[in-house]
Amino acid sequence: MLTIELFFEQSLNGLQQGVMLFLMAAGLTLVFGIMHLINLAHGSLYMIGAYVAASVTQASDSFTLGILAALVAAGLTGMLLEFSALRRLYNRDHLDQVLATFGMILFFNELVKILWGPQALFLSTPEFLSGTLEFIPGAPYPSYRLFIIGAGLVVALLLRHLIIHTRVGMLIRAGATHREMVGALGVNIDELYTIVFGLGAMLAGLAGALAGPMLAVEVGMGEKILILTFVVIIIGGIGSVRGALVGALLVGMVDTYGRAFLPTIMRELLDPASADTVAASMSSVAIYVLMAVVLIWKPRGLFQAYGS
Amino acid sequence: MFLSKIIGSDASFRTKIVTLLGLLILFAVPLLANLFNEPFLVDIASRILIYALVAVSLDLILGYGGMVSFGHGAFLGLGAYVVGILTHHSYEGTAVAFLPGDWQGTTQAFVQWPLAMILSGLLALIIGALSLRTSGVYFIMITLAFAQMLYFFMISIPTYGGEDGLNIWERSEIPLLDLYDAKSFYFICLVLLLLCLWCCSRIVKSRFGMVLRGCRQNEVRMKALGYPVYRYKLMAFVLSGMIAGLAGALLANHTEFVGPGLMHWTRSGEIMIMVILGGMGSLIGPVLGSATLLMMEEVLAGLTEHWMIFLGPMLVLIVLFARKGLYGLLIGKGTDNG
Amino acid sequence: MKKNKHLLPMLMAGAMALSAGFASPALQAAEPVKIGMITTLSGGGASLGIDIRDGFMLGLKMKDGKLGGVETQVIEVDDARKVENAKQIATRMIKQDDVDIVTGIVWSNLAMAVVPSVTRAGKFYISPNAGPSALAGKKCHENYFNVAWQNDNLHEAAGQYVTDKGLKNVYLMAPNYPAGKDAIAGFKRFYKGNVAGEVYTKLGQVDYAAELANLRAAKPDAVYFFLPGGMGINFVKQYSQAGLSADTPLFGPAFSFDEGILKAVGDAAIGVYNTSQWNKDIDNAANTSFVEAFKEAYGRNPSLYASQGYDAALLIDSAITSVGGDLSDDDKFRDALRKAEFDSVRGNFKFGSNQHPIQDIYVRVVHKDGDTVTNKIVSKVFTAHQDAYATECKL
Repeated sequence: MLTIELFFEQSLNGLQQGVMLFLMAAGLTLVFGIMHLINLAHGSLYMIGAYVAASVTQASDSFTLGILAALVAAGLTGMLLEFSALRRLYNRDHLDQVLATFGMILFFNELVKILWGPQALFLSTPEFLSGTLEFIPGAPYPSYRLFIIGAGLVVALLLRHLIIHTRVGMLIRAGATHREMVGALGVNIDELYTIVFGLGAMLAGLAGALAGPMLAVEVGMGEKILILTFVVIIIGGIGSVRGALVGALLVGMVDTYGRAFLPTIMRELLDPASADTVAASMSSVAIYVLMAVVLIWKPRGLFQAYGS
Repeated sequence: MFLSKIIGSDASFRTKIVTLLGLLILFAVPLLANLFNEPFLVDIASRILIYALVAVSLDLILGYGGMVSFGHGAFLGLGAYVVGILTHHSYEGTAVAFLPGDWQGTTQAFVQWPLAMILSGLLALIIGALSLRTSGVYFIMITLAFAQMLYFFMISIPTYGGEDGLNIWERSEIPLLDLYDAKSFYFICLVLLLLCLWCCSRIVKSRFGMVLRGCRQNEVRMKALGYPVYRYKLMAFVLSGMIAGLAGALLANHTEFVGPGLMHWTRSGEIMIMVILGGMGSLIGPVLGSATLLMMEEVLAGLTEHWMIFLGPMLVLIVLFARKGLYGLLIGKGTDNG
Repeated sequence: MKKNKHLLPMLMAGAMALSAGFASPALQAAEPVKIGMITTLSGGGASLGIDIRDGFMLGLKMKDGKLGGVETQVIEVDDARKVENAKQIATRMIKQDDVDIVTGIVWSNLAMAVVPSVTRAGKFYISPNAGPSALAGKKCHENYFNVAWQNDNLHEAAGQYVTDKGLKNVYLMAPNYPAGKDAIAGFKRFYKGNVAGEVYTKLGQVDYAAELANLRAAKPDAVYFFLPGGMGINFVKQYSQAGLSADTPLFGPAFSFDEGILKAVGDAAIGVYNTSQWNKDIDNAANTSFVEAFKEAYGRNPSLYASQGYDAALLIDSAITSVGGDLSDDDKFRDALRKAEFDSVRGNFKFGSNQHPIQDIYVRVVHKDGDTVTNKIVSKVFTAHQDAYATECKL
């Protein structure tokens, strides 16, 4: 039965899922929009974030330290990747980038398996976030999910500030449109790109670390969120951070509402057995349908990036 | 020199050598398998040919038309399911579901395989008509979305096994031939691949092919010249889907099994990687790519369970140092589109 | 096709002429037993395959590398959880390596694809994990033995246990694929109460917030779920975070509460009931020595999967011993396998008419033993339980 409380709770769930996706999508869309690089290994950075956070939290008993370590590890790995291989691919065909970064996924998955073993790792919610808050009557909500919503919104505001009000942000915007001009003005473009890539990697690492307490920290966790992230930035329009935010929230909401309400709706229309199957199938493909519809309507996504 | 008269001018010398050598190897596989007493080689080689077929089909639109389909597994999978479903009903003696009447399917290749091609072509027509409104990365993702929809659809319909897939209890039948014989099957795959390569090479050299390549280089100019670009691209997309469907029909026979895994995005990714690895925009490239990737898997997986830690960096190195794919490396210059 | 028909005989003739020079492999006096192990060692779900393999190899090691006293060669290949790979490996093992026995597959869909081609080729297949209903029923085969369970068994036990406990309003959840539907059907076969809700989720789903909110709103007495692998870890963690574990007890099959998984879930799993045919505290000599040896060899607690791999090795060992190391007579070897004369780590074990186990099934509870979260047996749900498909099998 659908009550106002349940609807509100599901909306919060959608928001939380959207915020999580945004953390991933922001980094991916920046790299994509500014360096024109398709980075499939973005999911690997997410996985590294989660693994490092889990290990460090377990060793030090401090989730905060775990998050910091994840940021550092993912950021450094990202910059190392950029410096050693990816920067050679900026001017190459997108397909070369796909092949190379796919190779990196295979490498990181196996490396993590060798370093940490094939079993999933343990990472629990920190004590002060492990309870629930009952601000919707009758529906206690996990504090940790509220924490993620908060953290994600803070990151979104910081990013906005960074891009609009700081010198780095100005260079990012300028670099996206007039690469040569920025270079001619004496800015070290290579350095700027490494920094942007590192920033994107840190965001992915943060997403991984934050997801860790809720999810299985396991090999292959990156690919599961990677495709969703691509869906998000495509819907939002490549290169647009605002688009990534809107796209992420849209995907989060559609996915959550689909899973939450389709079974009930279908049971009104069909017999129970086929209703369950149909509802499950429909909610599985809901976000892909959303993306297809958006693209058929707006072939370049909802928002235009700075560059294009 | 006499020899150069036969093989032609120096510019295409290496191309011809490579092609001839490739053909020689392909025809010699069963021989080599006997020679080294490794009968299984023929089975692996058949699989390579089938994947080469689907890689060539992708290359036709990717390398020549600039359409990066990230959902080619959908056509491969549909082709395979056509064979799987028809055989299933024929074996069980039940009427084909979702169809009026009581047709109980068939195991005749001459019905199954063309039907696989037609239905895959139809699917390509629908997906292509919608997807071609977009371009670039957006096209990549929308084709992926359609393939994923099909994947989840096949997973959840219990009639045809859902995620468990369908066993194929009888391979397709061709009069006078036994598809259970590894060598016959190999040669059927080989003939079909060569036939497809020949058709594709005719197509890319035709006016149609020229327009297609023109679209890849500068779509706006082609439009300005008055070519119905959308229609040309859609035609190529459908053609590609049909070839992939045929490959699917062969693959179903080879594996004696069909499952939704064929439609998953990772499979589409692998096909794409074969094309890039081998060298896109050259019809031989995808064949090389298919052979290389599958052989690397085969050899590395036999050496260590951590084989992916070697395969991954190898792919990166190939991208960094063999810019035109393996084919480009072999013939020592850019590919047709270079 | 014309081209082909001319070519084939030509090439064949050439090949024969060439290979005539090579002598056929000499017959060896004491032929070793060849066992093909196809299992998942890389990618998602690799930990299950690794456990099965390690369990099997431990069994082999404890027999000094000789099952039934015969030199044993295990050919181990990773299927990367892909049907095609598994199928190809099986074909090679049959055609080229000429193995006697194939084993190792983790997943039902891979088993469904591979097992028929193995048995059709006249080889034996011993399943250490997957037990799809078709292979237990209509499509059973005299050369196919399952040493783990039929897929429904643990779910059936859970249905019985929940009913015994007097819970009358249970919420059910499984992924939207055949094994998920079988699981729910198996549960319902023995569950007599009301179904508070029946939800099928996306395969490989990561976040269950929406389902958990609906679940809470349905106010069930208990929840039964089947979400194998990482899905289960996600669900149990989020179930506990949503504060549901306090009021609504959670039931599941052993798959989601294995040693490895418990390490990843931690305290969130405490108090969850799960059904299993094995646990490391089952008190018999075979089990004690297995658990000890496994810990010593691999430095971790054995899992359910490891116990099944180990039992598979012991079963083969017993059959080879029984035929005196001579595998040439398939009928004799098959009869020897059917007798299942080995000391299973789970205690009572015999094969039913469909060559699937008839065995006891327990319910375990997750508890904290010192610092480690682990399982202990609470009670026995079924004694000598047989699967529901045996009657459909004409053997």
